[in-house]
Amino acid sequence: MPNYSSPHMPDSLSSSIHTTIIDTSMIAPGVLGVKITGRLDATSTGDIWRVADREINRTSPQRIVVDTSEMVYCDGSGMGFLFELRRRQQKAGGKLEILGLQPKFQHLLDLFDPSEFEETPAIKPKSVGFAEKIGRATCQICEHAYALIEFLGEAGAALVQALLNPKQVRWKDAFLVAETAGVNALPVIGLVGFLMGLIMAFQAAIPMRQFGAEIYVANLVGLSMVRELGPLMTAVVLAGRSGSAFAAELGTMKINEEIDALITMGLDPVRFLVVTRVLAAVIMTPLLTLFADLIGVMGGSIVLLSMGYSLSSYFNQMVSMVNYVDLLGGLFKSIVFGLMVAGIGCLRGLQTEIGASAVGDSTTRAVVGGIVLIVVADGIFSVVYYYLGI
Amino acid sequence: MNQIQDPIIWVENLTAGYSGTIVVDNVSFEVNRGEVFAILGGSGSGKSTLLKLIIGLHKPLSGRILIDGQDMVSAEGQERLALLRKFGVMYQRGALFGSMTLLENVRLPLEEFTDLPPPAMDLIAMMKLSLVGLKEFGDLMPAELSGGMQKRAAIARAMALDPQILFLDELSAGLDPITSADLDQLVLSLAHNLNITFVIVTHELSSIYTIADRIIMLDKQSKGIIAEGHPQDLRDHSENTFVRRFFNRRGASDSVFGEFDGESQSRKKGA
Repeated sequence: MPNYSSPHMPDSLSSSIHTTIIDTSMIAPGVLGVKITGRLDATSTGDIWRVADREINRTSPQRIVVDTSEMVYCDGSGMGFLFELRRRQQKAGGKLEILGLQPKFQHLLDLFDPSEFEETPAIKPKSVGFAEKIGRATCQICEHAYALIEFLGEAGAALVQALLNPKQVRWKDAFLVAETAGVNALPVIGLVGFLMGLIMAFQAAIPMRQFGAEIYVANLVGLSMVRELGPLMTAVVLAGRSGSAFAAELGTMKINEEIDALITMGLDPVRFLVVTRVLAAVIMTPLLTLFADLIGVMGGSIVLLSMGYSLSSYFNQMVSMVNYVDLLGGLFKSIVFGLMVAGIGCLRGLQTEIGASAVGDSTTRAVVGGIVLIVVADGIFSVVYYYLGI
Repeated sequence: MNQIQDPIIWVENLTAGYSGTIVVDNVSFEVNRGEVFAILGGSGSGKSTLLKLIIGLHKPLSGRILIDGQDMVSAEGQERLALLRKFGVMYQRGALFGSMTLLENVRLPLEEFTDLPPPAMDLIAMMKLSLVGLKEFGDLMPAELSGGMQKRAAIARAMALDPQILFLDELSAGLDPITSADLDQLVLSLAHNLNITFVIVTHELSSIYTIADRIIMLDKQSKGIIAEGHPQDLRDHSENTFVRRFFNRRGASDSVFGEFDGESQSRKKGA
């Protein structure tokens, strides 16, 4: 085993045992003497810096004489201190003399030119005026709108082309997405749908019972699940589960230059990545919605069964109120929701910028954008369906 | 460099691997204080694994790693933190924090580990950036820089606390020749003036001829060291044909070698 004790360079971490001392005194009128003894390194320079700063501010010397003959070591932080003295004196028109500095440290100190560091390089907060903020926000909104329209056009064209030439679609990828976004979502959709039907029926049954109208819970659960809650809840779960996944997946591909690789290979990323995902979502969302409707209705039936009604009376009461138009209207809505959730997920993924936080931002924007779009579209559907008499 | 003077890194019978596959088998070597040491090898020869073992990112299957006399493998808690403070690492792709500006990246270790006044931290961080030629870019985000600039900023961050050892993973890969030569000079200057030990992991020869005092070469097949010494000696006198071929490939011409070798030799005499 070699001997680890270093004869020529003490350990930087053991600087606490090598006490570093700074002595300051006025050695002549207007001349501040600074003597540094020991190691001037990252650990010790902080105190030295503060002492020197205080003394120089107090005395405002014309000349500073730094004696470093007993300074055994000086690292980058110490170099920063000596450089700061030099810079400060040069700025104030004073003089600085460094005595006894070992040539190797002098060599490193000479690498820096005080005139290049005239301003203290403090981290400046980027202040932006109010008008500029409004301008920037407007530009950003316009850019986003432009990107959205561009994307809608591209994706729409690619989807139409895919429908005209189904052979061009990468069905294998699409089915894989359908499996992860659709089949794997069955448990969570089932659970949320069941509880939603159950809770809604339970909350409604208690006040309705006072009027002996609890059988109408079947109407309430059936209509609200099939027309509204089934599609809406499925789409929200899809946005949280799959919209975010699409954005993260495409965002990571963008960062890893996989999207660039597709483009340079002559493959259209929209056709290759977006069409498969959108098709999968459009196929899977109505199926999931149907599943949610059924499970929700089942959940409602539990409440009425527990109140002594038979399953057949529950079912008969429901079909007297809910017809196929309601069901199809709900399923059509879910197709549109699926299209929007998948589209916004892919768009945000493709818009991912560089950096570790970029994928996170895209994912958040995909989910938030997806949910906002779903709710807005649902409102529009309500109005349209009302006028159509659906 | 046959005599062992003052090892700062001591690796003994090191064996390591992943999921049943041995990558580094029974490797022993030492790095002397203040020298520029290079770990060479082709792709898949285990040089990155060796680096990760030394800096404590992976645990070896067996063997010892001593840094400045302290065991890196078994160190825990405060002892491990103290060991980590002894070295800085420049990762191959920079690994700068994307949410901070360059200056903030370099300033971070100073903020966390020293009690310098804030303007002092700014100045020192700026001086480190100036050393790598990035003084004007302190307020930019890493994403706004080219790959080479990110790498230089990563060196500045690794140097922030002036550690005793600097590990540089692929120093010159992806850099233009002028920047690369400037960095070589920086390495030489820091090694000579501040006695910083450099461990450079690379498969590129150009910098090695300029700056390395000593190298080891790893081999994929034997999973161990097939050559150890000064690059010039290995090029001319190695008995291993693979080593001779490695050193005699284009880019390591006699003229280039001779020009830099003189400087390297004179530095050693001075050190």
